[in-house]
Amino acid sequence: MNRYPLWKNLMIGIVLLIGLLYTLPNFYGEVPAVQVSSGKATLKLDASSATARIDKALAAAGIRQTGIFADPNSVRARFETTDEQLQAKDVIEREFNPDPADPDYVVALNLLSASPNWLNRINALPMYLGLDLRGGVHFLLQVDMPGAITKRLDSTAADLRTLLRDQGVRHSGIEREGRSIAVRFRDAELRDEARAAIGRFTADLLLADRDGADGIPELVATLTQQAEKTIQEFALKQNITTLHNRINELGVAEPVIQQQGADRIVVQLPGVQDVAKAKDILGRTATLEVRMVDETPGALEAALNGQVPFGSELYTERGGRELLVRKQVVLTGDRLTDAQPGFDGQTQEPAVHLTLDAAGARIFRDVTRENVGKRMAILLIEKGKGEVITAPVIRTEIGGGRVQISGQMTTQEATDVALLLRAGSLAAPMEIIEERTVGPSLGAENIEKGFDSTLWGFAAIAAFMIMYYLLFGVVSVVALAANLLLLVALLSMLQATLTLPGIAAIALTLGMAIDANVLINERIREELRNGASPQAAITAGYERAFDTILDSNITTLIAGIALLVFGSGPVRGFAVVHCLGILTSMFSAILVSRMLVNLIYGRRRKVEKLSIGQVWKPSN
Amino acid sequence: MEFFRIKNDIPFMRHALVFNVISLLTFALAVLFLATRGLNLSVEFTGGTLVEVHYSEAPQLEPIRQSLSAAAYPDAQVQNFGSARDVLIRLPNRDGLESSRVSEKVMGALSTVDGGAPELRRVEFVGPQVGKELAADGAMALLLVVVGIMIYLALRFEWRFSVAAIVANLHDVVIILGFFAFFQWEFSLAVLAAVLAVLGYSVNESVVVFDRVRETFKKKRGMDTPQVLNHAITRTISRTVITHGSTQMMVLSMLLFGGETLYYFSLALTVGILFGIYSSVLVASPLVMWLGVSREQFIKPKQEKQEAVV
Repeated sequence: MNRYPLWKNLMIGIVLLIGLLYTLPNFYGEVPAVQVSSGKATLKLDASSATARIDKALAAAGIRQTGIFADPNSVRARFETTDEQLQAKDVIEREFNPDPADPDYVVALNLLSASPNWLNRINALPMYLGLDLRGGVHFLLQVDMPGAITKRLDSTAADLRTLLRDQGVRHSGIEREGRSIAVRFRDAELRDEARAAIGRFTADLLLADRDGADGIPELVATLTQQAEKTIQEFALKQNITTLHNRINELGVAEPVIQQQGADRIVVQLPGVQDVAKAKDILGRTATLEVRMVDETPGALEAALNGQVPFGSELYTERGGRELLVRKQVVLTGDRLTDAQPGFDGQTQEPAVHLTLDAAGARIFRDVTRENVGKRMAILLIEKGKGEVITAPVIRTEIGGGRVQISGQMTTQEATDVALLLRAGSLAAPMEIIEERTVGPSLGAENIEKGFDSTLWGFAAIAAFMIMYYLLFGVVSVVALAANLLLLVALLSMLQATLTLPGIAAIALTLGMAIDANVLINERIREELRNGASPQAAITAGYERAFDTILDSNITTLIAGIALLVFGSGPVRGFAVVHCLGILTSMFSAILVSRMLVNLIYGRRRKVEKLSIGQVWKPSN
Repeated sequence: MEFFRIKNDIPFMRHALVFNVISLLTFALAVLFLATRGLNLSVEFTGGTLVEVHYSEAPQLEPIRQSLSAAAYPDAQVQNFGSARDVLIRLPNRDGLESSRVSEKVMGALSTVDGGAPELRRVEFVGPQVGKELAADGAMALLLVVVGIMIYLALRFEWRFSVAAIVANLHDVVIILGFFAFFQWEFSLAVLAAVLAVLGYSVNESVVVFDRVRETFKKKRGMDTPQVLNHAITRTISRTVITHGSTQMMVLSMLLFGGETLYYFSLALTVGILFGIYSSVLVASPLVMWLGVSREQFIKPKQEKQEAVV
């Protein structure tokens, strides 16, 4: 009766084997590596050609690599020593970024798992270490949402002015008051007219009548909840995109940029020590500029020979052609409210649709009317350095604030340009509300301390269990080791972030998990004490203990889940491991230990005595 | 080896009142310390900046204080952390201070002190709004744990057990907090996690005893309620001590080897485990008894035919 069917033994065996497989990468340690990824939103990294280029460049420089790995966003080359890594970084940097002032790719130093390639192929990776273990910077940024809304209301107020003037509705003043816009009129009829006009123009505004001071009829416009939500989502998305672009410049191997809650962004930069530079980059603003192209005959040739005409600047267009652009700015990115990829209405060519605010639209209409047939350049200015994104020819006067950029673009390029136009600047200001920096030496020390605590705690428990329960103690310790194995495997598989509190949770979970085996062993002893036969005692011990184990694990799990839901930062790191540990401990303490006991005792026809330590019986 | 050779059930319930008075006194003391001394909250809760630096040779703290004072941080607390070569600097959040730049300015000020610039080990800056949220989230987590466990226990056992378990274990939580208040140990997020983990853990202790109580009620007919409780506790005391001993070994290992970061975490666990045993065995069980648990609640009532009243 103490035998598991073959399938059950097999299942447990397979689970343990998979566990072992996915735990393995953690033992190989890490080797130095160089990682190449795209540094610009408009540039996609072609993995196969990049691999070939790295391979060739390294071979030419005589640097030996131990493997080149490609994933959709980056290509990484492994090296045996850090010396080789540093040399290789220079070589690869020269190969991919011929112009150091204008890098196309991010070439960063990284660490890669040293596990053999077959493990990498089944996606068995080492645990993902948190910043407190590997060192680095963590920022929590708060996006100023009221700021984004105010900005939008200001531009809406300007739009309304233009609209009412175009429609010939006279008003006596438009002003933003906090989070609403008040429009004053001479009489109620004008107000009705205006309301109808505004209603036709946009659905984003809620309009209400109000009698202001001295009984002046007023119209109060507030943003609908839907519109506010859209603005906030847009601001957050744009800020995240902008941060991505900027952080690429830092050359961080694995940055994490994530939304947290409705208005916060988490930025994690592993390995970064220069906090001041990181903060500068996060806080910097980039701007978009529209300028006219200087098409004076001969001017470009002169500029290429070093004689740039007064009032113009020389730029390189995407695609490599030189372009002479006037210094006078027609329009800045502040006037841009949106940029979306799409298609040309007539030719069905991919295009980018820009939306300008009212003031921007007016300027744009005037400029395009006066410059039909000429080229205008759209530039992204960052760190005082400009890049021409596109320089289209103006075909007709463009009014209404809706601008389309098209011509010789693929769908992908249209998407990228739209992204770049939106990403150039932050939609709303941000503030750092949390910062954590951990130096690399502290990180390494934390790993060591966490490892030592777990090791010694485990050793103490193992020694005690074996002394107290003999063979059953050995079984319990093997089950506990299986628990550790499965937990580490699960963490590696899920790539959940392991932090120091997470290591503490591993230790604590092991300390708690032994409870299940103590319960079982005590029950078996008790059954023996009450005179049960050894085989019956094993069965009864496991069965009776099961309910209790389930109950106690569920209560612990409730606490774990509450921590997971409400915890942040270190608490969450603790909770994830704690919850996973409870689940794996149920498996190992009950199934693995029972399988072992069954294998030891279940096959024997006659068992005289169980090796479970002394069973004391009261003598009466 | 067998530690516990108990012939007869130990009459725990005879001393129930004494146990409860002891725990009530401890509880009152804990509340008193919490009220008078308060918790020494970490920057995570209060907001502020914490900078940990490492010197190659043990520095004098006074020049560091003066240099920080000169750099417009007169309210900086400077102290050794772990060893004489590690220094911890705490700065409260202040209005009008560009708080997100504090860490760089502090490092700048430190590099002007004689003895060379230290190595930056750790910076934690928490803005004022985040701290409040973390405290609120912590309170919510505690509430969720309490409600969740109560519901589970009430479904699995009976309301008397769930009330008794929660009362006994919440009093553990208060006592842990009392220890932190009395010794002014630093109360951080990690400690909060430990406190909540202990709550789940010591409820599980009560569950083991209650499981036995239920089983005994069903099996042994001749016993009255205190005898049943005594029997259940006596039968589980061996596992209680061994389990908690094992967990404590692990926690002790963290206390010894885990360094500063895990120190208070493991201290909270230690206090929690010790009081957890005491309260779930010697406080929860009498509570169940006083709440009026009896055999009838565990035996399915016989189906009586409802007769119409004429």
